[in-house]
Amino acid sequence: MTINIDSISKSFDGHSALRELSLEIEDGTFVALLGPSGSGKTTLLRIIAGLAYANSGHIRFDGDDVTEVPVQQRNIGFVFQNYALFRHMTVADNIAFGLNVMKRRQRPARADINARVEELLSLVRLDGLGKRYPAQLSGGQRQRVALARALARKPRFLLLDEPFGALDAKVRQELRTALRTIHDQLGLTSIFVTHDQEEAFALADQIAILSDGRIEQYDSPDAISANPASDFVREFLE
Amino acid sequence: MRRHPLEPSLLVKTALIVIAIAYVAFVLLLPLASVFVEGFSRGFSGWLEAIREPDALAAVKLTLLVAAISVPLNCIFGVAASWTVAKHDFRGKAFLVSLIDLPFSVSPVVSGLIYVLLFGAGGWIGPWLQEHDIEIIFALPGIVLATIFVTFPFVARELIPLMESQGRDEEEAALSLGAGGWQTFRRVTLPNIRWGLLYGVLLTNARAMGEFGAVSVVSGHIRGETNTMPLHIELLYNDYNLAAAFAVASLLAGLALVTLVLRTILEWRHGDALAARGH
Repeated sequence: MTINIDSISKSFDGHSALRELSLEIEDGTFVALLGPSGSGKTTLLRIIAGLAYANSGHIRFDGDDVTEVPVQQRNIGFVFQNYALFRHMTVADNIAFGLNVMKRRQRPARADINARVEELLSLVRLDGLGKRYPAQLSGGQRQRVALARALARKPRFLLLDEPFGALDAKVRQELRTALRTIHDQLGLTSIFVTHDQEEAFALADQIAILSDGRIEQYDSPDAISANPASDFVREFLE
Repeated sequence: MRRHPLEPSLLVKTALIVIAIAYVAFVLLLPLASVFVEGFSRGFSGWLEAIREPDALAAVKLTLLVAAISVPLNCIFGVAASWTVAKHDFRGKAFLVSLIDLPFSVSPVVSGLIYVLLFGAGGWIGPWLQEHDIEIIFALPGIVLATIFVTFPFVARELIPLMESQGRDEEEAALSLGAGGWQTFRRVTLPNIRWGLLYGVLLTNARAMGEFGAVSVVSGHIRGETNTMPLHIELLYNDYNLAAAFAVASLLAGLALVTLVLRTILEWRHGDALAARGH
């Protein structure tokens, strides 16, 4: 799935978060949105998801203009910064949620949903934990549940907001590898937001460096290291 | 043995406990006990007789009817208001919150009077209502309106802080997974607030059955027709019929205690599930 972001602007209470930002993301790419806090990266991710709306500009998925399409119909997978798991549901019910809320005609049979949940649990290596509640899991396990839940409906692409922000170094490393493996297995276009340049460079195929609501540079990690496009990028990478 | 740094000395501890128990006993337990003791002063048959007296029975029925109408309505209004305030941003939010709190700051008598001024014979739309033969003041609709007004904030006050502390993440997650607005509310928001909601409903119910001031203004005190239990108790008391007054009072207090006991049982039975879910 290619994602085309066409001169998106967004302001909150008169303060500009995004300024005519454009970006073209190719199918199957693993993209990092990298920048200091307040650079607009999370706002951009939420606008791509449909959780926020731009003041002007267009978003296109595979050429279709989805700017006005609500989040429910965009068929995206979104992993929230604090996981946002449904605390009153078991892990299995969390993962099955996206399937359970489908319209009756499209909804898979009970047995198929259960099979899909098992398949996802083993994809994120949480076999046997389906009956637990989120409060009974470690941070890293919750993150895996959030990922499995986002993948359940076979989304067109995956969006992750600071996916490793709240985890300690060892779990971070594990999850990074896991996420990269899953991405390569599924070939799913994925975009993740991070303020950690080491993480962006270790994980992403392409990095978009944001500053003050604009893209400073969009390129592969090697190209960015070899050829910083601006003073900001050079200083940010130091 | 060393004390924990936060633990007071034995003397202070004992003094504090004695003061606390004495306070609770004098302010809460003793008066409550006296209601029941006085209520049953003529034995159970005397109590039953006082309750089965037609006017008393009518008052009990009216009170239950008023609660049965006003509690569900306030439950719906309260949830809707909390959902609006806690999960959305809009202009005038602070104003709406103070508006919800208004019944707390207005004296119940005033709350009753505003309806008399509005719907009463000399009120703004009173004459129009009279022409169309619609009774509001000195009738059930007025009592229900006054009760709803007085008990309006309980559910919302309980839910707004809870919903605000829970944030919007789970709702956004539900939307991103394809759930519609109603599905999100029913499957995510509602289960997360159910205990707060239950508590709010119990408080609303207790107050709806016990409200005196506002209802007293709009009811007209027609024996056997527009007298709720609190009004009937006052009437009996003013008639120096103390035994009957306390009998009805003990029933009213009993109804309130039943709701309290219900809540405790629910919390106790679901305690494990609650702990597991991180409430």
